[in-house]
Amino acid sequence: MATDPGKMRGAVAIVGVAESDELGRLPHKSSLQLHMEATHNALADAGLTKSDVDAVFSSGRNMANDVPEYLGIRPRFIGGTQVGGCSFILHVEHAMAAIQAGLCEVALITHGESGYSRIAMPAPRWGDDSTNNQFELPYGAAGPATGYGFLATRHMHEYGTTSEQLAEVAVATRKWAALNPKAFLREPITVADVLNSRLIAWPFHLLDCCLVTDGGGAAVVTSAERARDLRQKPVYVLGTGECATHQMVSQMPSFTRWDAAVAAGERAFCMAGVRQADIDVAQFYDAFTIVPILALEALGFCKPGEGGAFVAGQRTAPGSAFPMNTNGGGLSYTHTGMYGIFTIIEAVRQLRGECGPRQVPNARTAICHGTGGVWSAAATLIVSTER
Amino acid sequence: MADAYTGPIPKPTPETQPFWEAAKQRRLLIQRCGDCGQHYFYPRPLCPHCLSRNVAWVQASGRGRLHTFVINHRPPRNFPLPAPYVIGIVELEEGARMMTNIVGINPDPATVRCDMPVEVAFHDITTEITLPHFRPRAR
Repeated sequence: MATDPGKMRGAVAIVGVAESDELGRLPHKSSLQLHMEATHNALADAGLTKSDVDAVFSSGRNMANDVPEYLGIRPRFIGGTQVGGCSFILHVEHAMAAIQAGLCEVALITHGESGYSRIAMPAPRWGDDSTNNQFELPYGAAGPATGYGFLATRHMHEYGTTSEQLAEVAVATRKWAALNPKAFLREPITVADVLNSRLIAWPFHLLDCCLVTDGGGAAVVTSAERARDLRQKPVYVLGTGECATHQMVSQMPSFTRWDAAVAAGERAFCMAGVRQADIDVAQFYDAFTIVPILALEALGFCKPGEGGAFVAGQRTAPGSAFPMNTNGGGLSYTHTGMYGIFTIIEAVRQLRGECGPRQVPNARTAICHGTGGVWSAAATLIVSTER
Repeated sequence: MADAYTGPIPKPTPETQPFWEAAKQRRLLIQRCGDCGQHYFYPRPLCPHCLSRNVAWVQASGRGRLHTFVINHRPPRNFPLPAPYVIGIVELEEGARMMTNIVGINPDPATVRCDMPVEVAFHDITTEITLPHFRPRAR
């Protein structure tokens, strides 16, 4: 490795986080307004103004040109990396690098998506001569719901993972959502409810699938030095990692091991200098119930093939051994389309101790991890109250 | 028939044109790297394993195994196959993998199995484009 990742450890901190004013089904708000609200709220959380911001990171349709226009910000550093839902987790790494290099000082990472109402959103469409339209879409591939299932099926085949184990994730996540007033779905569910919900794309039932909502989220990152003087207790970035392996799921290197996540996780833990046992709370992008199971394996919280058993017995529910997706996750809290920013928001709030009834006691170190595309990219972020 | 087809219709690019022309003649073309020896799909002029340009078209046997699959109950709008239908990732005997539909089988997880043997079954969707579907084959 050309550079010493240890030099990055603790160099920057997340100093402000927020959602848009509302989350859910918001036909009265455009995707850009959701960006603006989240940015406004995150800067207020940090005790900063927009004139402090000198770097903008965003992703998706409303990329790093739209946001400066809409917000009246003139960034001297622009990050528009788009690898799907985990893009914002990966933006933290890019912001860290830019701040460490002296290219900027206060980085805004912003997301807004009218995922359900589709207000001011582009029509999602592949060109007729795209590889997708030649080699996947002719077979009735229907986006993430079909693409993510290929790993669930093969995992079941090789390791005996069951639909009941997948359902455990949805049930535990809903219990966390019940403790979060901002969560979209808060009524308790059972494993039987998940298995009896209608099939979307076997092996996924409706309740194995994330929500489709509208909303925004933002985070503010700055140097550890500047963070000391700001309003909030800094949440230091200890380790980051990212990787991508494919665009079309049919090109995925392995259908039982999430290679991109393995690579991202190894690097993040190496940089952070912490072990899995040091993690107090986990925010794992749960586009479908299988995704956090594969993340647990890829990130070394259990061995390959053991993810289903790991989540059994409500292991990830409130009050249990492994607090995971404490906001209620993409499955029950919100999922605008690109959920990654919300893992960061919840991790920071847990480490600040702001989470009320869902607060994980004495949470000092948290991990965020996300997927982008169709298992295509992965990003890992380890944060802590301690440098 | 061309007017009637309502699903996505692939539009070949220069590097994929030979694949689609062969499919129309019911031949499954993949590529093999002359340097590292590996087969691959989809068509590209450089080997994705070693980045060599020394690659050649070869005709695959059309036999393989169903590596993994989903059974889709929510088809995209106007997709012509009746739901539920099986979307599979087939691993060809030569080692390359491709997405396809598994046809000629009851779309039920009790019937469709990972690693089951399959063979190519070409399906004309327009006068120009033929899709390689796969169906179960006897061992």
